Amino acid sequence: MKRAGVVAWNTFREAVRDRVLYNLLFFALVMMASSIIAGQISIGIEETVIVTLGLSAISLIGLLIAVFIGVGLVSKEMEKRTLYALLAKPVRRWEFLLGKFGGLVLTLAVNTAAMGLGLFLAWLYVKPSFERGDTTLFIAVYFIWLKLALVVALALLFSCFTTPILAILFTAGIYIVGLYVQELRNLPVEVMSPGMSAFTKGLSYLLPNFENFNIMALAAHSRHVPGAFIAQNTLYAAIYCTIVLTAAILVFSRRNLK
Amino acid sequence: MSAPAIETENLTKQYPHGFLNLKKRTSLEGLNMQVERGEVFGFIGPNGAGKSTTIKLLMRLIFPTAGSARILGKPISDIEMHRDIGYLPEQPYFYDYLTAAELLDYFARIHDLPSAARKERVQRMLKKVGLETAGKIQLRKYSKGMLQRVGMAQAILHDPQLVILDEPMSGLDPVGRREVRDIILELKREGKTVMFSTHILSDAEMLCDRVGVIVGGKLRGMGAPEQLVDVKTQGMEILFELAGQSAVPLLAKATRTGDRYRLQVPEAELYGAIEQLRAAGAKILSVTQVKATLEEFFMNLVEADRAQAAGVEVSGK
Repeated sequence: MKRAGVVAWNTFREAVRDRVLYNLLFFALVMMASSIIAGQISIGIEETVIVTLGLSAISLIGLLIAVFIGVGLVSKEMEKRTLYALLAKPVRRWEFLLGKFGGLVLTLAVNTAAMGLGLFLAWLYVKPSFERGDTTLFIAVYFIWLKLALVVALALLFSCFTTPILAILFTAGIYIVGLYVQELRNLPVEVMSPGMSAFTKGLSYLLPNFENFNIMALAAHSRHVPGAFIAQNTLYAAIYCTIVLTAAILVFSRRNLK
Repeated sequence: MSAPAIETENLTKQYPHGFLNLKKRTSLEGLNMQVERGEVFGFIGPNGAGKSTTIKLLMRLIFPTAGSARILGKPISDIEMHRDIGYLPEQPYFYDYLTAAELLDYFARIHDLPSAARKERVQRMLKKVGLETAGKIQLRKYSKGMLQRVGMAQAILHDPQLVILDEPMSGLDPVGRREVRDIILELKREGKTVMFSTHILSDAEMLCDRVGVIVGGKLRGMGAPEQLVDVKTQGMEILFELAGQSAVPLLAKATRTGDRYRLQVPEAELYGAIEQLRAAGAKILSVTQVKATLEEFFMNLVEADRAQAAGVEVSGK
């Protein structure tokens, strides 16, 4: 496990050196511009606009990093053959995979936290006073991070057995479908055959429910989020990530490198 | 008695190919070989012969279709065995965002070396491969030869018992090749086992206690270089000087450069030929035994393999 930590730290270092965190500058610009524009065009709802815009930007930037870098975590190492020398050392393939996952999740944690802090500062700029319900903003940022960890796990799994392009498509596809899991569950069963109804129901439980992690509206209106909901989402992300990573490890452990 | 450094039993690797991967292409067929501890073993063969496949199988980068292998007495699936082996991949490429010193430090951490030992070991290795001044430059700025040196350094960083090098001389200039040769000989002096693959036969002849020749995925010969080629003695070569023209019939078979001649004769006819040359007033400069080189032995095998493949193709039509 210690070796997975060494791999994770190196993955984080790679992201930093490859200037992945430069997106923070872009985010800072978005926040500054939106603070000014929101103040001018929206009367009385500047705070809501800023929170919604900021959380959407955090989510979108994080998703781009999670999908594109997540798919490259293993495939790039195989393509460039940088993992040959590493895997010949006393490091197990699952340690390598967990390390790569941990490194990117750490990168996303730093990135998301920095953006969350930026959003909070922009919010303070337009907000007259600070209330207790405002902490929901930080919970919303935390949920985005949980969601991104799940996306990284999926990207890692797909990149273990298919080409990078297909892995990107599969990950993006599952993410989009995962946003509509609730709708899938609520399909009118009376117009469907029993087989189809069972299939859509089964699928809705199998697919990751990404909509669960979206509390943007609650954050924008400073609504309280119960502790049980936070624990439930955390547990859901942890269990789902464990299952997906186990599948990735099973595939990667049997894979012949080029 | 300690187990051999490497032993393989019927090691076979097939790759699926063709429509729906239904066909199988054999890259390595029933490899049985042993590399003894403390020896320098050369694995020679043309490109695509199965050298890298064998090494990748030993390193568990790919998995065998059949057969098994043991390294230092342990099955290759035993991850702890990797503590005692060093590996240089063919045409190595490393994380280019790291400097050579950072890369070696990273690998030293993977090997769980303590902090103080890590720093000292990294500096020593950089010095050993001639990169002490370039240690703080990112690897993306390194030439192919410099990357090869870094690869060599990471292979021996943790003081392994067995070092496996896949084409260690490729991409190196003469100085670099000489340095790699020196490192291999130094490892041998330290009692380490070295196995390296190459298609540069002079390196194998110069360094190896034993070589294995692999062609078309099959091991075609194994032994000391001189053992492999000894049976192919091609006669005796006489180097002599003879001024002016002479009517000695042997001269027709000789190669002339100025007043000097080179003449190759069967061993049984050596003394007769010398008598004739002396009678004609020739000055004998040297007499040497002509042996087939490893290269000739190797080329014979390659040609035989190609002829066989062509035969199969023709009969298959």
